[in-house]
Amino acid sequence: MQPGPGTFGAPEGTLTPLRRGIGAGNPIVYQSLGICSALAVTNELDKTLVMCASLAFVATLSCLLISVLRHWTPRRVRMIVQMLVIATLVILVDLYLRSHWIHMRNALGPYLELIITNCLIMGRCEAYASREPPLKAALDGLGAALGYGVVLCSIAVIREPIGTGTLLGRPVLPETIPPARLIAMAPGAFLAMGVVVWVVRGLWPPVEAGAATAR
Amino acid sequence: MPDAQTTQAAVIFLAAVITNNILLSDFLGLCSFIAVSRTMRTSFGLGMAVLFVMACTTPLNYAIYHGVLAEGAPLLAVDLTHLKLVVFIMVIAAFVQLVEMVIERFTPVLYYNLGIFLPLITVNCAILGASLFMLEREYDFWQTVAYGVGSGLGWALAICLMAGIRGRLQHADIPEPLRGLGITMIVTGLMAVAFLGFSGMARIQ
Repeated sequence: MQPGPGTFGAPEGTLTPLRRGIGAGNPIVYQSLGICSALAVTNELDKTLVMCASLAFVATLSCLLISVLRHWTPRRVRMIVQMLVIATLVILVDLYLRSHWIHMRNALGPYLELIITNCLIMGRCEAYASREPPLKAALDGLGAALGYGVVLCSIAVIREPIGTGTLLGRPVLPETIPPARLIAMAPGAFLAMGVVVWVVRGLWPPVEAGAATAR
Repeated sequence: MPDAQTTQAAVIFLAAVITNNILLSDFLGLCSFIAVSRTMRTSFGLGMAVLFVMACTTPLNYAIYHGVLAEGAPLLAVDLTHLKLVVFIMVIAAFVQLVEMVIERFTPVLYYNLGIFLPLITVNCAILGASLFMLEREYDFWQTVAYGVGSGLGWALAICLMAGIRGRLQHADIPEPLRGLGITMIVTGLMAVAFLGFSGMARIQ
């Protein structure tokens, strides 16, 4: 299990932070971070993909910037600094989507702006980027975002066909099977997420017992 | 949304507590919901803290947005809407800090009971979410007040219900991989189904 630097025994390779985010340190399944947006955008796969791309952009760059700034940031105000860096990047993504893809921006609604309070990003910045060199920090942020993306896409691939009978907007189920609207609504999100977490933890149990439920 | 303009504040309050519960239908504030809903006492403490902060910051953000940031606002004629995220999050952080200092100074007992939860609230996405939804749905001032109080109450209600259920779950035989996050999600899903039963009562959005 991964949490935080300083707990690693062996020196790690450059790509270790990237792999850790997708696998054993997966932010959603093993650390319960970043769940809010994970549920809200997974009723349609295209929304999910845009959300994951935005989050990967924000997470990678904010980890990079916070790591670059780490020697000049006083400990006391570091949360505010992190908040400002993340907020600036989120505003950039928001303005880009508003000018190039307003339809998608409106579909995502406030959840795009809520990337700011996504605890995944704050968590990685605080636990890793504020102490490690820039390249490793950026890869760590990207890895966590990819791990988030893999889980979100698997939830969306379950929810969209069952809930609306389509995938990426194209019909995939025969017309004789009526779509189960409940799965596309809020309760379906919780249930699908519970099942995905169950399956993943069942197939690959957390390395360190108790760490998964620590949060 | 012409419909939102005519909706009465009381209806918005009711809807925010029950039918459009910010946690069960908008998925906000889940991180602390999962982390803290172990015991009833802590859940109640956090629920009350969230209720208080949300009820105060949502109207405060409304006043700041429409007084300063919006285009053609009375206090500053420049359009600063793209800064709303930074301003909102700073207002929330500053407010939480202020509340913490006031409580510590005047009621140390409450501070020790509540103190640990207050810093957690700054990064609770339900608080920022309520401010953003308030803008998205174009509420007026009284609707915003009703929405802020109602959402806080709805969140507190949900976390207390969850704490009760989790107390019972401790005696249940749950498969190992499902413990923790998995079962919490499924129970929350069932709770959301139950709350769907209210959906004919009031409608917003």
